Amino acid sequence: MPKPRRARRFADLFEQRRFLAPALIAPAVLFIALLVGGPFVLAIYLSFTDATAGSLTGHWVGLHNFIAEWDNQIFRRALWNTFLFTVVSQVIVLFAAGILAHALIRPFRGKWFLRFLILLPWAAPISLGAIGWLWIFDSLYSVVNWTLVHTHTVGAACAVFRIDGCSALNPPQWLGNATLAKVSIITVHTWRIIPFATVIFLAGIASIPNEVHDAAAVDGATGLRKFWYVSLPLQIPIATVALLFGIVFTATDMTVTYVLTHGGPFNSSHVITTWAFNTGIESGSLGEGAAVSLYLLPVLAFVAVGMLVFARRAEVT
Amino acid sequence: MNAFAHGLKRNGPAWLIVGPFAIVLAFPFYWMVITAFKETTNLYDLTKFPFWWSGGLPQTTANVSDLFHHTDYVKWLENTAFVGVVVVAITLVLAMPAGYALARLSGRWGQGMGVGIFLTYLVPPTLLFLPLSRVVSTLHLHDSLWSLVLVYPSFTVPFATWLLMGFFKTIPQELEDAAMMDGCSRIKALTRVVFPISLPGILTVVIFSFSLVVNEFVYAITFISSSSNRMLSVGVPTELIRGDLVLWGAIMAATLIPAIPLALLYNAFLNRFIAGFTGGAFR
Repeated sequence: MPKPRRARRFADLFEQRRFLAPALIAPAVLFIALLVGGPFVLAIYLSFTDATAGSLTGHWVGLHNFIAEWDNQIFRRALWNTFLFTVVSQVIVLFAAGILAHALIRPFRGKWFLRFLILLPWAAPISLGAIGWLWIFDSLYSVVNWTLVHTHTVGAACAVFRIDGCSALNPPQWLGNATLAKVSIITVHTWRIIPFATVIFLAGIASIPNEVHDAAAVDGATGLRKFWYVSLPLQIPIATVALLFGIVFTATDMTVTYVLTHGGPFNSSHVITTWAFNTGIESGSLGEGAAVSLYLLPVLAFVAVGMLVFARRAEVT
Repeated sequence: MNAFAHGLKRNGPAWLIVGPFAIVLAFPFYWMVITAFKETTNLYDLTKFPFWWSGGLPQTTANVSDLFHHTDYVKWLENTAFVGVVVVAITLVLAMPAGYALARLSGRWGQGMGVGIFLTYLVPPTLLFLPLSRVVSTLHLHDSLWSLVLVYPSFTVPFATWLLMGFFKTIPQELEDAAMMDGCSRIKALTRVVFPISLPGILTVVIFSFSLVVNEFVYAITFISSSSNRMLSVGVPTELIRGDLVLWGAIMAATLIPAIPLALLYNAFLNRFIAGFTGGAFR
């Protein structure tokens, strides 16, 4: 009696699965194809036209937009800034998150509270966090400058960033000076990615099986040697995930730069995204703006390939 | 004393390392709290010690009441809540079935599809906002919250599908099999057994999808133009900062009000989030 029933159940299951799975997945996939795939193709099309916000149709201009932007000094600087902000902030993030995660992995009194404080920058909406920094870096009432002035370290701070002619009476303009504006933007990116990277690192460390630690102990690996030969190699996969996400979050972000400097002073702190917004929306050159934003594709391709390679490796092990 | 020394030895090193980081990372929020409740005249007085309220407490709640009575802040809160709720609902309807099916589909197809959906989450709004602005104006949705309701699921659905896939994978297949043995159809097993058990996971997805909506800036600034239709993330940085008169106290209150509850929710659901996030394929 149980045998045929079991067989029928399997047959049913097979029949249902075959049709059910596509039926369950299809709505989500269709929606994504329509709202991510569609606009993506449209972005590529627009970038080859001289479409503007006003007129609904544009003429085919070939690679003109890409070439014109490539020759544009502001775009070149934006491209460099995107690279600079991403690399510098992510290097700092990796170090800070590594240290933090190792300190947070063991239980200790007050851990919940400290973890809450560390998570704040990630939990707050980016644009609102950036607004907080706007006030911290205010041109007249910057609390950073108040501290520098009252600890008599203005000169030292100016020397570090090689700013000429600044003193206690003429304190650093954190968002008004071309160099300091970049420093400020990198600071805010670093600040908001550290919590995320720490969280991912924590997950990575926690996923190392206890047997590994036992085996290391049996083999006599302790302290730094254990960290270098056992803990670190095991964390590289998860560190890579955190890094790849950090790269995407920083390189494709428009909010931080837009809120802090709006690309200024004198277009010196633009990144690809703010320049695309400036060109496509504020100046209304839709086609050219689309071309600017498509210069982000290499970054995305790099990250996507990284993720795929990584996912495959995770599958094998 | 001995217990104190012991506690210090136990907890000291961790505090010594994590403490400075926590101070630096949380300082902007501390500064927001101080600013939000400070008298405006004290705010601009450089001779006073800035890190505390000079003249003691209570200082003022004028900044907060300014925010609620003389700006569109309440309207922005409502707009954000409305878009958030509708988008999360759409997201769940689309992502729950897909996440479940992908969790149960083994083999190359399921795996590839899961990773594919995950990769679309990496396509940023900054790449799509220009063509989408064209789409939105063609549909006559410009300056309407419905434009955001239409577009936001494009990033919440991949994100939620990935998370849910991770959660559903942790639910043993035997549970559904048992339910179907007892005469449930597969759909019924899904709605009566799998979804209720996954409630913590689903709640995590709700919270993090909602926070993605609150966070979004690029679409919100591109598609919406009038102050009364603004979302929170755009209204505060654009409408409250105008000209020379910047109401820093009110602005800091405006950022704290959404940030603190979100941070508490993040903290409460963090472990679940990590489990789902890393449980999909990176394990």
